[in-house]
Amino acid sequence: MKDRKGILIKLFFSMLEISAFTFGGGFVIISLMKKRFVDVYHYLDEDEMLDMTALAQASPGPIAVNSAILVGYRVQGLPGMIVSVLGTIIPPTVIISIISIFYRLFATNLYVTLILRGMQAGVAAIIADVVFSLGSKVVKEENFVHDAMILLSFIAVYFLHLNVAIVILLAGLVGFLESRFKRSTE
Amino acid sequence: MTLLLSLFLSFVQVGLFSIGGGYAAIPLIQNQAVYVHGWLTLSEFTDLVTIAEMTPGPIALNAATFVGVKMAGYWGAVAATLGCILPSLIIVSLLFFIYSKYRRLTTLQSVLSALRAAVVGLIGSAALSMVILVVTDKVDGSVNIVGIITFLSAFILIRYFKRNPIAIMVLCGGFNLALYLVCGISI
Repeated sequence: MKDRKGILIKLFFSMLEISAFTFGGGFVIISLMKKRFVDVYHYLDEDEMLDMTALAQASPGPIAVNSAILVGYRVQGLPGMIVSVLGTIIPPTVIISIISIFYRLFATNLYVTLILRGMQAGVAAIIADVVFSLGSKVVKEENFVHDAMILLSFIAVYFLHLNVAIVILLAGLVGFLESRFKRSTE
Repeated sequence: MTLLLSLFLSFVQVGLFSIGGGYAAIPLIQNQAVYVHGWLTLSEFTDLVTIAEMTPGPIALNAATFVGVKMAGYWGAVAATLGCILPSLIIVSLLFFIYSKYRRLTTLQSVLSALRAAVVGLIGSAALSMVILVVTDKVDGSVNIVGIITFLSAFILIRYFKRNPIAIMVLCGGFNLALYLVCGISI
């Protein structure tokens, strides 16, 4: 019982901290969540984190909120989901409430922009690190279709600017056809 | 009360129809807040996008708070934020239960492992955009040496020395400011 409460507290404060530092979109929060909940706390494994990333991406709504819902449920059921979502929405709400009062001053301040620009380099490093860890895991499977899938989904989004929800649906379709194909050859 | 309700319902629509993250939400917010309800002028909306990009958190949530506070104070922010996350709460919860129940099935296993590979490509795309943003100059697009060095040092500290990523990120911000104050150069 005490352990359960401890996990909820850890989950809440982790999400609070991660959400307060998530500059630059959904993949950053997913990278930070992966490093915290998979690598440090071992609440879930890399495969589950990737599954949740796909589900969060394919669903409507902010990716940060969607991932918080999924990881919260996975770690500690409904109470986990609630604390995880609260941890995610509190920082932006508080920060924007404060900033909306004096936003012109904030947006044009040289020191603020310098710090934010520096932090972009850190964000780029975090997300690059996560790509290397997750990518090497998929490559180790030695499944040619999956290797091609990494490349194709990259091209679809980076060069062709396809909507990520569509890319995920198409990838799911390929996986489905692959399983039918395997079954018919067996 | 009607204002709180229409804030809530507007952001339910933003939450429900923005599929694929951040930038998908911008036109929806603009439509609701600027054109349908006239809560923001176009110039205020531009300020909102700027602030949302400079602060942490999903743009839809940032917009919900910004518009909510402006129109109806803190309760406005609460109503708009709840509206924004309500579709996620329902749809994603449903997906999670389907996932937990059926993920052992071979067909779904195969679908999920294809998705995992695709997700690596998606994150890779986001990563490359960010790396390029950092290693090129903001104004003329030339190679930014300070950016490259900061990025590589941060990457090595996180990947090979397993440092806390949030600490590294804050350190990068402080480093860029200090470098500017001491040497007059920055990323």
